[in-house]
Amino acid sequence: MIQGPGFKNSVRRSRSDRRGPDALFRRATGAVATLVILLAAAIAFELLRLSRLSIEKFGLKFWTGKIWDPVSGEFGASPFLWGTLYSSILALLVAGPIAIGIAVFLSELAPGGWRRPLSFLTELLAAIPSIVYGLWGVFVLVPLIRKLETGMPESLRKLPIFSGPPVGVGMLAAAAILAIMVIPFSSAVAREVLRAVPASQREAAYALGATRFEAIRAVLFHGRTGVIGALLLGFGRALGETMAVTMVIGNNPKASLSLFAPQHTMAAVLANEFTEAADDLYLAALVEIGLVLFVVTLVVNALSRLLIWSLERGSRRIPPVAAPEAVSGAEAA
Amino acid sequence: MKISKLLLTAGLLAAIALPASAQAVRINGAGATFPYPIYSKWFSEYNKLHPDVQINYQSIGSGGGIRQLSNQTVFFGATDGPMTKDQMLAAAGKVLHLPTVLGAVVPVYNIPGVDAELKFTGPVLADIFMGKVTKWNDPAIAGLNPGVKLPGSEITVVHRSDGSGTTYIFADYLGKVSADWKKTVGIATSLNWPTGVGAKGNEGVAGLVKQTPAAIGYVELIYALQNKIDFGSVQNAANEFVRASLDSVTKAAAATKGRMPPDFRVSITNAPGAGVYPISSFTWLLFYESPKDKRAARTMTDFMRWALQDGQKYCAALGYAPLPAEVVALEMEALKKIRT
Repeated sequence: MIQGPGFKNSVRRSRSDRRGPDALFRRATGAVATLVILLAAAIAFELLRLSRLSIEKFGLKFWTGKIWDPVSGEFGASPFLWGTLYSSILALLVAGPIAIGIAVFLSELAPGGWRRPLSFLTELLAAIPSIVYGLWGVFVLVPLIRKLETGMPESLRKLPIFSGPPVGVGMLAAAAILAIMVIPFSSAVAREVLRAVPASQREAAYALGATRFEAIRAVLFHGRTGVIGALLLGFGRALGETMAVTMVIGNNPKASLSLFAPQHTMAAVLANEFTEAADDLYLAALVEIGLVLFVVTLVVNALSRLLIWSLERGSRRIPPVAAPEAVSGAEAA
Repeated sequence: MKISKLLLTAGLLAAIALPASAQAVRINGAGATFPYPIYSKWFSEYNKLHPDVQINYQSIGSGGGIRQLSNQTVFFGATDGPMTKDQMLAAAGKVLHLPTVLGAVVPVYNIPGVDAELKFTGPVLADIFMGKVTKWNDPAIAGLNPGVKLPGSEITVVHRSDGSGTTYIFADYLGKVSADWKKTVGIATSLNWPTGVGAKGNEGVAGLVKQTPAAIGYVELIYALQNKIDFGSVQNAANEFVRASLDSVTKAAAATKGRMPPDFRVSITNAPGAGVYPISSFTWLLFYESPKDKRAARTMTDFMRWALQDGQKYCAALGYAPLPAEVVALEMEALKKIRT
């Protein structure tokens, strides 16, 4: 996605491009690109078609409804919507500073010999399947959180964000797992972004008498759109994560501020209830949850593009570095 | 000329007919996860006896099984709860329910310091899972268990997060013994739980109960045995406290004697009679009464005859209770209804 000024002009087509293998190649890549758009459109269309029953019955109330009762056929998505956004935002808050810290250390501070093994290790985290994270969460993280909950003084437990029985599974466990899963993605991209900042930036900062900290700040400022892109990439992943989350979040569709309360997410309810959903309205409601997740990831991605564009416009004079696409977390949809 | 033509035709016919008869029969089915271990055992044992018969089973859940049977993408379905009237009407033809084995759902708990086997009644279980009884030393529980020193800790309810036949059986029982449960929660494979945390699968519930102090949950009998979790006895319709065992579960099925509906769509939770474990259930295979594929129909009716007789001996080792003889006899009759 590198698009510095003057980039467009450099790909002006020459006469020989219009025929022969070049043209063929252009058409083939064009077709592949179009296919992706068609695929997204087809997914949206199918989701709309299959959730018609639920859309007709509940309308916009589906988005705000608080009750999810398959027995009486009443369906509302708001507890799942809340759970997905709350857990992902918490994960981003935890993972963001850590990921940036890792990226800064690896690109600016780490001694030469450390860089490679450390980058390799953080990226290795990304290769662990999410079910393994889930198992680790169930057997290691959840008991730890339960200890934290039972050990917490009563006065703190009265605060709304710490209320609820000490079960261990719940929002905090989910957010912690998500944060760990998101860090390698965000830190790897952020590290590449920082490494792409031209050395002249650092040299200029030092030439002006900047301390090391100030020089790093200048580098971060220079690469800020890319770093934000890296964080949003992680956020997109957190939105769609299913297996690890459903194993530790407690799967209780009641929206709550409490970090200890068992809650639910959109991806988790799909994975949990789809197989046994036998009646048509129930199935349609589940598909509509998929549609909501699809829309939410689209909106989040659109907002992140807007944010990056507005930042780019603010710094037009300096060509911005790689601003990676925030990929959607719609894998579960 | 004529003779060679005749020979050619005969040869062609043979070429078409021969591979068809020599070809193995492949039959696809899908449905409930709960009976999957016994079904896969049966299909592999049957394949050893009849190498030309290959039966594939996808354990995608009862709901999925019913859906695929209705869409005719599989030859047979499997379910833990009988099909509803609407589902029967939506199917492409008349569907037969055939019970295959029996399962039981047990209340499992983890109370530090309590080793005794706890006693529960249906209404008390309903109140616990509705969040009305919230402490282990509540008089409702303590009254049933004199002599057991119960702690005053808060009960953590663990239930299934995924839609499940286990949940259906448990809710079906609670609905029969508690009017309150029937009215406020209801009976289905997924419920709107008033309290507690959800865990995925029997193994998820068993795991969470095992590691959470003061937790209670419900799992299939085999999971409680395998994971060595304490499970309580439950009061049956004859006012006895019965612990789930293969024997007490088979007794629940035998209680239907003389009252078995001809379509086998019967719930045996809270069944009457002495020694009966009350949270027991059949699990069913689903067939169309007049399937299009006659060859598969013949094969499957043969398979069913084998499964209902010789096949039952594989049940116990896998934690399922075998069908009582009277139910098997009724089913052998019913198998004749399948048009082959």
